[in-house]
Amino acid sequence: MRMLRILKYELRNVARARWLLAYGLFFLGVTEALLRFGGGGERALLSLLNVVLLVVPLASVLLGITYLYNATEFTKLLLAQPVRRGELFAGLFIGLSLPMAIVVVLGMVIPFALRGFAGDAVGSRLITLCTAVVFLTLIFVALAYLVAVVIRDRVKGLAVALLAWLVLAVAYDGGVLLLANAFAAYPLEKPILVLMLLNPVDLARVVLLMRFDVAALMGYTGAVFESFFGGSGGAVVALASLCVWFVVPFLAGMHWFARRDF
Amino acid sequence: MEPRVIPLRLAERDPAIRISGLSKRYGRLAVLDRVNLEVEPGRVTAVVGPNSAGKTTLIKAVLGLVRPDAGRMYVFGEAVGRHPEYRRRIGYMPQNATFPDNLTARELLDFLRDLRQEEADPDLALVKELAVESELDKPLRTLSGGSRQKVSALLAFLFRPDLLILAEPTAGLDPVAGAALKDRIRSERTAGRTFVVTSHVMSELEELADDVAFLLEGTVRFQGPIEELRSSTGEERLERAVGRLMKEGESGRRGVI
Repeated sequence: MRMLRILKYELRNVARARWLLAYGLFFLGVTEALLRFGGGGERALLSLLNVVLLVVPLASVLLGITYLYNATEFTKLLLAQPVRRGELFAGLFIGLSLPMAIVVVLGMVIPFALRGFAGDAVGSRLITLCTAVVFLTLIFVALAYLVAVVIRDRVKGLAVALLAWLVLAVAYDGGVLLLANAFAAYPLEKPILVLMLLNPVDLARVVLLMRFDVAALMGYTGAVFESFFGGSGGAVVALASLCVWFVVPFLAGMHWFARRDF
Repeated sequence: MEPRVIPLRLAERDPAIRISGLSKRYGRLAVLDRVNLEVEPGRVTAVVGPNSAGKTTLIKAVLGLVRPDAGRMYVFGEAVGRHPEYRRRIGYMPQNATFPDNLTARELLDFLRDLRQEEADPDLALVKELAVESELDKPLRTLSGGSRQKVSALLAFLFRPDLLILAEPTAGLDPVAGAALKDRIRSERTAGRTFVVTSHVMSELEELADDVAFLLEGTVRFQGPIEELRSSTGEERLERAVGRLMKEGESGRRGVI
């Protein structure tokens, strides 16, 4: 397959990039520090969760958009070869998102592995966290690629991509909180549940929190969420929502990539 | 030098490029307006014209990088469209190429070879001719502009394509490398290959070109052998002949207004 041949060289190029090493070392350092100074594995995981939810989307957006913009000239050269545009887009996408997800997972898992995972509960939660990393990376690189394909102007593109990150990773939560506060008198659990499903970062957060024991601290809301996500139906819905968040921007990006002028 | 195998279709009947009614707009700006053009095989065609005349867009349309709004294009009789296989016969040397930062030139050659699934050994004669051997195993990001241009030339000639499209081929090359590249163009032309060249250096085109296509404001205003351009404009130098065409184009437009 031609896509795999493109992927081979893209992976080789990205794997040698210094920023990729730095990105992995960052998570290695944070995880090691949390384990060493932040108490047990359970608490380290909870802190790590917050770091992941903030940093992984941001890094994926920034690195994704710069990578594709920097590859513009080389993309033209490749498109002048007997290559289909869809194959090239897929190669460029996997060639970046795969190594990015792998270094974060390695950075988090290695410090835990050195300590023997401190019990099954921590191990299974770590796996959930790693799954979230993979999804967030795929989703935000796909969003970044979509923006880079549609908007030619680098500065404008970067601004839009950062705005998307800001809305999804930071502002959305505030909005939900405001809403909950304003309508505190009403039973809002179900609408908020829906709102959570609509944002990949919140969705990842809720799914992860449900795997920790902190759900009990969230009162009635926590109970509603737990009954939803605890059941197999809720897990399927959450997974499906994350998949939609990845597939839609990816296919939209591919669609534009196939039709735009270079 | 080792003998080179030249896999040319000798009985080529189709023009190397045939373009009819090609139009392309960017917003309200008509970059190409019903362009008709034929590039004869085995010859060097210079595409000339002022800035923003549509030269780059024309080339990109042939390569499939730009999707035209209207018109048909054929490369050796194969329709330019969604099917990418026609590009197997094209070698392209873009203007200011950039490459993946962390690959070496040698890896890049392997990349393109893998991608095109070429069975034949790549043509590496240019490595010597351009004296670029020492740069092949360095990361591409460390290469100077001139060395990148040499790598770019290498890639265009690598698979002995029947049609070579070269945008500003000698820009950034030192005189020795520039001369070597021009020699190579001439010898490949003699071997029957077709070239489409754009350049801002008119003397260079004068040396190389058999035919001239002159673009102005998105239309082909002149197309034919360079001698015909000389005799019809009464100018001996290509630079002046093109200048005359540009002036005529402008006064023609004033006449309409």
